[in-house]
Amino acid sequence: MLEPLQEPFMQRALAEVVLVGAAGGALGCWVVFYGLSYAAESLAHSIFPGLVLAVIAGVPLLLGAAPAIVLAALAIALCARVAGIGREAAVAVVVTTMFGLGALLALSPRSPPGIESLLFGDVFGATDADLLAAAGLATLVAVALRLLHGRLLVAGFDRATARSLGVSPAFADAALLVLLAAGIVVAVQGLGNLLVVAVFVGPAAAARRLSDRMLPMMLLAAALAVLAGVGGLYLSYYAGTAGGASVALAIVAVYALSLPAARLRAGRARPPAPAADTVI
Amino acid sequence: MQSEPLIEAAGLSAGYGGTAAISGVEFSLAAGQTLALLGPNGGGKTTLLRAVLGELRPLAGTLRVGASCGTVPQTERSRLDYPVSALDVATMGTLSRLPWWRRPGRAEREAAARALGRVGLATLAGETFGRLSGGQRQRVLIARALVQDAGVLLLDEPFSGLDRPSAEGLEALIAELAAEGRGIAIATHDLEQARGCDLVLCINKRQVACGRPEQVLAEVGVLEATYGGAIVEIPGSGGRAILPPHHHHH
Repeated sequence: MLEPLQEPFMQRALAEVVLVGAAGGALGCWVVFYGLSYAAESLAHSIFPGLVLAVIAGVPLLLGAAPAIVLAALAIALCARVAGIGREAAVAVVVTTMFGLGALLALSPRSPPGIESLLFGDVFGATDADLLAAAGLATLVAVALRLLHGRLLVAGFDRATARSLGVSPAFADAALLVLLAAGIVVAVQGLGNLLVVAVFVGPAAAARRLSDRMLPMMLLAAALAVLAGVGGLYLSYYAGTAGGASVALAIVAVYALSLPAARLRAGRARPPAPAADTVI
Repeated sequence: MQSEPLIEAAGLSAGYGGTAAISGVEFSLAAGQTLALLGPNGGGKTTLLRAVLGELRPLAGTLRVGASCGTVPQTERSRLDYPVSALDVATMGTLSRLPWWRRPGRAEREAAARALGRVGLATLAGETFGRLSGGQRQRVLIARALVQDAGVLLLDEPFSGLDRPSAEGLEALIAELAAEGRGIAIATHDLEQARGCDLVLCINKRQVACGRPEQVLAEVGVLEATYGGAIVEIPGSGGRAILPPHHHHH
């Protein structure tokens, strides 16, 4: 168990998944309750051209991902305003355009090798700068979620009356999307363009079945994400499987295990549910 | 009236994008009074409530609101799978008083717990909101408005889906809250409930009538103009009722 810890690359990878997992798990609870899972997946895919350009230019991925995600968000907002295009269709158009552009760049003869690590992540290649970014993300998410907790709770509970309680639902949405975008551009280094969404959705979806208060749910999701991250790295180390994919699969496994666990918990908490209690 | 009315509307029109959804609204609600707001779905009840809340500017006429308003929405509108306790929901009423960076603390949670006690839910403060009965959820949302220190409570169909005892208990609570000097406006489809209020305001795109229930509801043609064809005679009783509208859940 301790042998892999001797390796510097493993130490870095562990630090990366702990930081990204804690931030992604906690933030993911809000992503799930605000119905932003599709937005998370779309934003992640649409930064692909930015990542490819960063590799071609030889700069840190973050410098390519950040402008790309802002561009994608603006494009989605603009497309959704075109009459006859719904928000969902606008997202699909923008994402396929951006991803196609990325593929075009990636498959050009001049692009350097190793592009597949952009798609599936390179968690064992985490640099000092990557770890610094991950630590910054974890701090940003922790501070922002603590400050905004009450307001996010109100707007997610009932949008229509949020305003009369002094909370703007549009502000809550915007704050979450900014945090989510920051999370994606940082986490994409380890998990890759195609798998990064797992850390924002899987642990939160599992924690949701196991907890009925927001704060414990966020802590549990963070813990599950870290657990899955560490488990995935060990799997990768011993089985020789790809790092990012192993972490993503471990997250899915955690979610799968949450289903019987939730049933067990429900059975213990409320043995025979009275018929009058059912809400249709 | 002995004091300034809490809400006073004169020739009020309100709507969206410059188009009036309601017009000619004229009423005043004093402290201690209950007002039933009758009208069909799409008749402008929600528009009027949003104007009172200050979310819509009057297109014409005047609207003076002299107290803070707390809304009590239909509980089906909120999420029943949401991970919050009754106390969490009541505590939401404290946020408008806090600067944006402050989270509700001990003082806020104590205020929320007192409000839950006021509506008779002291023992259920720790229960998950979605597991409470419809009547209990309605009380939690009333507690949330009380925590806001609302001088006016705006209730949207508070009795829909409640069984007889829950509805009667809620009615008694509303009467108590009015007696403490609050103004209460209730959007409802229930004529019996409307009869128990001090004032009835009938709207259907425009104001049809406003006054004491025994006058307004007895006036020939008022209910027909308010509800169109959705009135039925109750066989054998000589009474009339409004066909319950289909509820749309979003």
